[in-house]
Amino acid sequence: MKTSFRNKKKLLSFLFAALLIMAVLGGCADGTGESSGDNSSKEPGGSVVVGIQQDIDSLDPHKATAAGTKEILFNIFEGLVKPDENGNLMNAVASDYTISQDGLVYTFTLRDNVKFHNGNAVTAEDVKYSLERVSGLLDGTPLISTLKTIQSVEILDEKTVQVTVGSANTELIYSFVAAIIPAGSGEDESANPVGTGPFSFVSYTPLEGIVLAKNPDYWQTGLPYLDQVHFKIVNSADTALMELQGGAIHIYAYLTDSQAQALKGSHQVLASASNVVQALFLNNAVAPLDDVRVRQAILYAIDKEEINDFVGGGSGTLISSAMLPTLKDNYVDLNDTYGTKANVEKAKELLKDAGYENGFNLEIAIPSNYEFHMQTGEVVVEQLKAVGINATIKAMEWSSWLDEVYNGRQYTATISGITCDMTPGYLLNRFQTTSKKNFINFANVQYDELYVKAQETLDLAQKAEYYKQLQKILCDEAGSAFLQVPANMTAIDKNLTGYKFYPVYVQDMSTVYFNGK
Amino acid sequence: MKYLVKKLITLIMTLFLVSVAAFLAFQIIPGDVVTSILGTEATPEREEQLREELGLNDPPVIRYFHWIKGVLQGDFGVSYRYSKNMNEMMPVAELIGDKLPVTLWLASISLVFIVVISLPLGVLWAGLASGGENNGKYGGNVGGAVCHGLDAALGVMTQTTMAIPSFFLGILVTYVFGILLGAFAPGGYVSYRDNFAGFLGYLVFPAMSISLPKIAMTARFLRNSMLTELSSDYVRTAYSKGASKRRVMYGHVLRNAMMPVATFLGMIVAEIVAGSIVVEQVFGLPGIGRLLVSSISTRDFPVVEILILYITFVVIFVYFLVDILYRVIDPRISEA
Repeated sequence: MKTSFRNKKKLLSFLFAALLIMAVLGGCADGTGESSGDNSSKEPGGSVVVGIQQDIDSLDPHKATAAGTKEILFNIFEGLVKPDENGNLMNAVASDYTISQDGLVYTFTLRDNVKFHNGNAVTAEDVKYSLERVSGLLDGTPLISTLKTIQSVEILDEKTVQVTVGSANTELIYSFVAAIIPAGSGEDESANPVGTGPFSFVSYTPLEGIVLAKNPDYWQTGLPYLDQVHFKIVNSADTALMELQGGAIHIYAYLTDSQAQALKGSHQVLASASNVVQALFLNNAVAPLDDVRVRQAILYAIDKEEINDFVGGGSGTLISSAMLPTLKDNYVDLNDTYGTKANVEKAKELLKDAGYENGFNLEIAIPSNYEFHMQTGEVVVEQLKAVGINATIKAMEWSSWLDEVYNGRQYTATISGITCDMTPGYLLNRFQTTSKKNFINFANVQYDELYVKAQETLDLAQKAEYYKQLQKILCDEAGSAFLQVPANMTAIDKNLTGYKFYPVYVQDMSTVYFNGK
Repeated sequence: MKYLVKKLITLIMTLFLVSVAAFLAFQIIPGDVVTSILGTEATPEREEQLREELGLNDPPVIRYFHWIKGVLQGDFGVSYRYSKNMNEMMPVAELIGDKLPVTLWLASISLVFIVVISLPLGVLWAGLASGGENNGKYGGNVGGAVCHGLDAALGVMTQTTMAIPSFFLGILVTYVFGILLGAFAPGGYVSYRDNFAGFLGYLVFPAMSISLPKIAMTARFLRNSMLTELSSDYVRTAYSKGASKRRVMYGHVLRNAMMPVATFLGMIVAEIVAGSIVVEQVFGLPGIGRLLVSSISTRDFPVVEILILYITFVVIFVYFLVDILYRVIDPRISEA
């Protein structure tokens, strides 16, 4: 009895050792394969699991608004044009387009041989339907606000669609990334998401995720490589870390600095600039922040370098106004205005001028689900203390924050991020006095006038110049304390190659492949 | 019969009050469901359309009665948050029906662990403890000191296990069994629809995290309960009649000692069937508990209401079962 048990144990340990040796040998084989030539072995096939943080908000590409949903639907749907990884537009369902001199008429030529996932070819009817649906021409409810300006969509011939808009805007073309869906599909009773993208929809289960399969008819020949992609909802950053280590997920974006450090040995950890502008937003309409000197004092008191080092491991890009440095033509570096280090003397002086020699109490509301903003808040509180401002953090649940702070504007200061799409005017638009999204109550007549001018001009260089002036006003008037564009850190399984970073929220799986095995 | 009717009325009253309370809570907490669904970038027209679709323009009282009318007719409404396809929202019944098996299986496995381990452990422990106290009386050939030592060791062990919060135990189990030993892939949950065996296999570890503290509690409870019974007069009488130790322990003491333990187990069952909120979060299980948490944060009122009613129902129903069980264990409790 005892001996047989011992034998069993021996056998087990032998098996274990054998397994270990096999694993090591296998690893060696992999390693040599990779080093000998990694470009030659773009073998198609395989299945990848991508960890995502939030659930899908809608399977309807026109109704989905959450960034976390759009970055997935990018794989299923395409517009007439679509973003590329350099922040430019590339033709997608359209093979070409022209814009009339006055900027009011857009003529799109449809690409040949683009098929929906249901096998039907994309027709001019489908394009007309999709554009009328998003612009509200179909039922009076516009679904994408920038496309409200569409006056009519006409079919010139079976490959040409002409769109007439109400007012000229050089940035409108970015909005034609809106998905093209089969005519009538939005009203169809059992409407499953059908698009033209590299992957087709397979299934969606609330709380679990969404499964996509390769679209064999995709118009970009050779793409995609993977047979299947599973976007799996992970609960929290902590479980994501364990799931990465355990191999249950292969790709996970938006890592915190500490997670990125923990994964450096076992995964490829890549950093890229995000499209988020993080700021300590100041409510310009509430005392004492309605005094520009107080706001400036806060800007002087803040040490952006320290914040970046502390919460981002130094990987963020410091900014001083509302524009992404990656939108190069339109960006102006204003970091010298208040400096990137704290200037306590200057801050105290300004506070004294404003009559707050003894400081004041400042409550900073922060959505608590964002660990990054919460950590930033802790650093900011300490920095403000140094100039005599007694700041406290009020952690808020996300829905409450949206309701009270963002929409209700019932707050004094808050730390959060605003995201940018590819249109440079997007971030500046919200700071017009009457904008619905102007939650900091920024009010500056000159700014409003300049913004209108910027929208009216069709000359891109002139437009960029206006945008730079707008950034300067926002900075000089201390609209808010713009801090940084945090880096987006993504962990990727070592066997995967081809993951591309976009300057917008996109998780493009079409170019990802397994290294040859 | 009279008892049953009384119980039923209590159940209905409680469910009604709970539903009102949950509805009121949703009126009070900040957070607009339309913003929560559409985000900050939606057009005002779309917001208005959704508000109308969800019936949010009606006064709260009308909405409540509208909702409860549907529930009474078996229509639990549709989720605000989860869509079934491009133009239809997910019915609440379908959504919960899909998540319920996860929680029920988790609860069943946990319960099996608890009963199978804690009851023998409790009896054994009680034997050890009494052996330590009354050396030689029924401690058999085991020395009193050894009994006493084991008793104390078990005491420390259970005390420690009980003190670990379940989320931490979950993380610990994931780390040790998942990452160090590789016994399972953390987050590698497979749906019961795809692979039932794999599904059950994955549930073993979360069930372990749920059951360990409960095993400690139940065993401790049973030990104390048995020790109390052991010092009763009827035990001495039984021994003096010449009954064997086995007969005294299992025939008399255990039976009486099980009474409070049954209530305790009932509480535990109610607790885990109602949604093991924390453990589901840690192990990434798409069960009732996780659905509840995410629905509250997205202000998905129809889902939250039904989940709260479900949890209330389960708790009351399990207590009712325990009540019945009492009557089976102890026929002395007759109908009032």
